[in-house]
Amino acid sequence: MAYRVDARGLSCPQPVVMTKRALEATRPEESGVSQVLEVLVDNHTAMENVSRFARHRGFDVQVEVGEDGDDCCIVRIYAKGLR
Amino acid sequence: MNQRRVVLISGAVVGALSVALTVAGNPANMGICVACFIRDIAGGLGLHRAEVVQYLRPEIPGFILGSMLAAVATGEFRARGGSSPVLRFVLGFFVIIGALVFLGCPLRMILRLAGGDLNAVFGIVGFAAGIWVGAILLRRGFTLGRSSRVSIGNALVLPILSAFLLILVIAMPAFIFASSKGPGSAHAPVLWALVAGLVVGALAQRSRLCLAGGIRDLILIRDPHLFSGFAAIFVVSLALNLISGRFKLGFEGQPVAHTDWMWNFLSMATVGLGAALLGGCPLRQCILAGEGDTDGVMAFLGMLVGSAFAHNWGIASSAAGPTANGKTATIVALVVMAVIGYMGVDASRRPNQKQTAKEA
Repeated sequence: MAYRVDARGLSCPQPVVMTKRALEATRPEESGVSQVLEVLVDNHTAMENVSRFARHRGFDVQVEVGEDGDDCCIVRIYAKGLR
Repeated sequence: MNQRRVVLISGAVVGALSVALTVAGNPANMGICVACFIRDIAGGLGLHRAEVVQYLRPEIPGFILGSMLAAVATGEFRARGGSSPVLRFVLGFFVIIGALVFLGCPLRMILRLAGGDLNAVFGIVGFAAGIWVGAILLRRGFTLGRSSRVSIGNALVLPILSAFLLILVIAMPAFIFASSKGPGSAHAPVLWALVAGLVVGALAQRSRLCLAGGIRDLILIRDPHLFSGFAAIFVVSLALNLISGRFKLGFEGQPVAHTDWMWNFLSMATVGLGAALLGGCPLRQCILAGEGDTDGVMAFLGMLVGSAFAHNWGIASSAAGPTANGKTATIVALVVMAVIGYMGVDASRRPNQKQTAKEA
């Protein structure tokens, strides 16, 4: 079961700070689950920044963009090699 | 193209255009200065009557419209707002007061250093110190609250106003002011300034270039991405200044600058803290405003009004140094920002703003 961070409506750096905090709290290396975190964001900059931050920290990242008219997109963060 | 290359190219182009604009007529080490240009616009509109700094700088409407065009072209234009608009106005107001005590926004701070003005070093140290304090508040959960979608009309106000400013600077009706001496009288031809502004606006939108963000991300998440844009601006403008003989190393006699190191430090600390709380430097606020972010518009309007007060109340510095009122205003600005910072950390503890991760 993945943890979820709702950073919709927030502008950078807050989504990144929340992601950082959540990654530190979930300790993926101990729990052994493949999907570590889901981050909900609603602007492009936040999506890029959260993805870049997670890759930078050695996670795999997959982005699911919302349908037309829906601003929300989900950044899924996976522990490397476990997906 | 990857993000890294975009931010480097944007920084390089901003650095090059800044020097090009001084060649074309803008004041020395002031090819682009968001704070100075907003102040000149306030003067051009007659909101303050400091005769040497009045001119409707086309660069600023250029940033806003360039960002809007880039955002529309890439489908990123979104009318949104509602994240503490009034506090953002107040922060914008005090950020520009700090910038006008220093004599430059963060971008001009870099350009001053690239021109050999060593007074900017104290500004940079202060700016970084202010951002460091802001980063501590952000790490503790500082937030101005969430924004949401608003109707499109809200997002169109500032771009329309920008277009109107461009009409005014070309038509020059009698009620618009334009300096005949001083920095306000030194300007590149309107078309050049506008084109440069549009290019910078579009590139800054694509790259998210932000001077405050560069240092903030280094401190907060050790990510040099945005800082590399910052560095590119410096390297390119330094190289062009050296080649064109514009580089003059020293503290004394630098163009539109003063040598009071303590107030150079404190005033830029104010700008750094305010920019960290706002989520971006003055340039970034113009870019956000162009993308449809009405919270950025509020910060912009705060800067416009703040710059008028800075000159009406004798707060802005001159080459002679900071004024007593300017020192007082800088302290007031730091206190106001500290209160907003404290309230923003406190707000994040309330349940509707809860930021902790929970099971999905």
